[in-house]
Amino acid sequence: MKKFVVMLLSLAMVLALTACASGKKGDEGSAEYKDIKIGLICLHNEQSTYDLNFINAMKETCKTLGIPESRMIIVTNIPESNACYEAAKDLVDRGCNIIFADSFGHEDFLIQAAKEFPKVQFLHATGTKAHTEGLANYHNAFASIYEGRYAAGVAAGLKLNEMIESGKITPEKAVMGYVGAYTYAEVISGYTSFYLGAKSVCPSVTMKVQFTGSWYDETEEKEAAQKLIKAGCVLISQHADSMGAPTACETAGVPNVSYNGSTVSACPNTFIVSSRINWAPYYTFAINCVKDGKTIPADWSAGFAEGSVELSAVNDKAAAAGTQDKINAVIADLKAGKINVFSTDTFTVDGKKLDSYMADIDSDADYTPDTEVIKDGYFHESEFRSAPAFDLKIDGIELLNSKF
Amino acid sequence: MASELKANKVHEPLFHLAKRDNMPRHKALLIRIASIAVGFVFICVFAFLIVGWNPADILSTMLDGSFGTPNRRWDLFEKTAILLCISVAVTPAFRMRFWNIGAEGQTLISCLAAASCMKLIGTRVPNPLLLLIMLGAAVLAGAIWAVIPAIFKAFWNTNETLFTLMMNYVATQVTSYFVYIWSVPRGSGHVGVINSDSRAGWIVSGQYPYLLNILIVIVMTITTYIYLNYCKQGYEISVVGESENTARYIGINVKIVIIRTMLISGALCGLAGFLIVAGADHTIIANSVGGQGFTAIMVSWLGKFNPLIMSFFAFLLSFLGKGAKEITTLTGLDSAFADIITGFVIFCIIGCEFFIHYSIRFRRKEDKA
Repeated sequence: MKKFVVMLLSLAMVLALTACASGKKGDEGSAEYKDIKIGLICLHNEQSTYDLNFINAMKETCKTLGIPESRMIIVTNIPESNACYEAAKDLVDRGCNIIFADSFGHEDFLIQAAKEFPKVQFLHATGTKAHTEGLANYHNAFASIYEGRYAAGVAAGLKLNEMIESGKITPEKAVMGYVGAYTYAEVISGYTSFYLGAKSVCPSVTMKVQFTGSWYDETEEKEAAQKLIKAGCVLISQHADSMGAPTACETAGVPNVSYNGSTVSACPNTFIVSSRINWAPYYTFAINCVKDGKTIPADWSAGFAEGSVELSAVNDKAAAAGTQDKINAVIADLKAGKINVFSTDTFTVDGKKLDSYMADIDSDADYTPDTEVIKDGYFHESEFRSAPAFDLKIDGIELLNSKF
Repeated sequence: MASELKANKVHEPLFHLAKRDNMPRHKALLIRIASIAVGFVFICVFAFLIVGWNPADILSTMLDGSFGTPNRRWDLFEKTAILLCISVAVTPAFRMRFWNIGAEGQTLISCLAAASCMKLIGTRVPNPLLLLIMLGAAVLAGAIWAVIPAIFKAFWNTNETLFTLMMNYVATQVTSYFVYIWSVPRGSGHVGVINSDSRAGWIVSGQYPYLLNILIVIVMTITTYIYLNYCKQGYEISVVGESENTARYIGINVKIVIIRTMLISGALCGLAGFLIVAGADHTIIANSVGGQGFTAIMVSWLGKFNPLIMSFFAFLLSFLGKGAKEITTLTGLDSAFADIITGFVIFCIIGCEFFIHYSIRFRRKEDKA
């Protein structure tokens, strides 16, 4: 018995010894934003390039606006279940008046919380329901990332041209591979714009797409990339959030066009360029709306011109000569509105040019087409809602699997 | 002289282990409580090294993260209830030494069954009836998923551990398939909250969220405890677990006990699946169970297959999870921190069993001749 008392006492001693005053920071930040408290709900943590992109932008925005870290709460690894609703409620309890969530599957749970807390603004990236829910405090946002994919596609096309010119491949062997997460419009819009960008400089290009059925599955993504390389793809890009595909490319020595941010440090020999959404402009816009008591629109989207879409620096070691100059020119044209990425002159569906397409903008379980999206000779992407709606299967792109 | 001494000396190691016979229960309990305390000391030292907080801050943050607001308390008890429900569900099989590690799949397939009733029947029947149908479907699905390996074990003596494990993967794939079929918008891989306007098939507990979930699990835990300890069938389970030959000798039909017990285990997993879908998530994803089917195995073991003790461990693990999450949120640490912290405590709890069953005897000072 004595031994236990001694043990418990020594435990208490250890606790007492390690005890020392911990100073909490008293940084109040800028007075202008003193009433703002922000919460960010992330599906994964910084290991995921997708979530990292949101987290970095949030930190940068708060730093710029002078919002101290004590009033910026980031919760990570929140699954797309009731846990998201609980996380949102908890952020409200902590006094947050703006709450962001970064994953598509968070949407319904955020709406559930938004109905319960009308005084708190809920903002959701990639979602589709804000314009039909009609809640004053629930909003969707996205970016015209198809512009970024298109510009990145141009870099890929130039690389293919270089391979053709050097005799490494014949023009008809210019096959690109694409690792996609789901057969969802966001992914389809992404790979189609990437393909169209490549095709704008390398007319003979074709593409194979392999889906993984997950936004983040390192093994699956790696295997998908390896499968595409085996199937003869000479350049890979991806829309999935792990390092699986880029590292598979680095190992195999196949050029890679990345997403969500530069992967040059892990793939110094194969990384060409990466497109990403910069969420800082939207964060800043929404925070200012709350500060000034202004209404946030149900849908918000912006592109290169507003700084919402960015391309990383080109890696000269892997990219074709002159890539940076060409990309700069393309971005200037996109900003000026001289290029319409989804111009119906540049693609065909089943061998035919399209002059009409009804898309399912107001999502429902039966996928009812409800909105005409082809007008003035191009597909109006991200105009009727912020989330992408382009889900056409255009010629030149082959889907290796599609049950995801 | 010196060499002579060396030759005569029997080499005795610095210490050796001796099996302890029955340690008094209160002493064993004290050791177990002390082991949890030691676990918390590890947590404090570790957290101090990583984030530089003092132990008082760490403990108060963990308490705050679990109990700080009414929402956190409800969430904590709801998490505890679901984990406990699955833990109790695997226990009858474990008592029979049937190593069922398929709770994850059994629960997931029940989630799918409950969600499909919600989706396909929806508002066509009154809500109480719909809830009953969902419960029935979930229980049936869980029982079927569990009884398949049991039949193979009973008749062909297949390895139940591998079989139940494989059934988990099958359940995940089947669920993924239906999530794909039902996803809105097309191809997004998300079913979304089902019946969000009509709330058909939702367990609504009025102003107390999850109250019904928690009550149902409490009743189920006590019932299982009585069934296992005070019923003939519970006794049969224990006998089969001790020795199949003995069971056969005293006239127990081992095949029937195996199949019946796994039906019960699966059905209870089905209850957990029903509570997850109707009581909390209102949707189905491939990750609906989120690994709790595996954590439950640990809870069942830590609780020595006693549902009442298991409720303490389910609570402890939920508390550690939520408390550690609060620390990671405030410090921006990687969420692996939560796993490490939980690991410390479990390590100490399991490690202390060693000291309950063995004593360490140190070498005595050599007697002078």
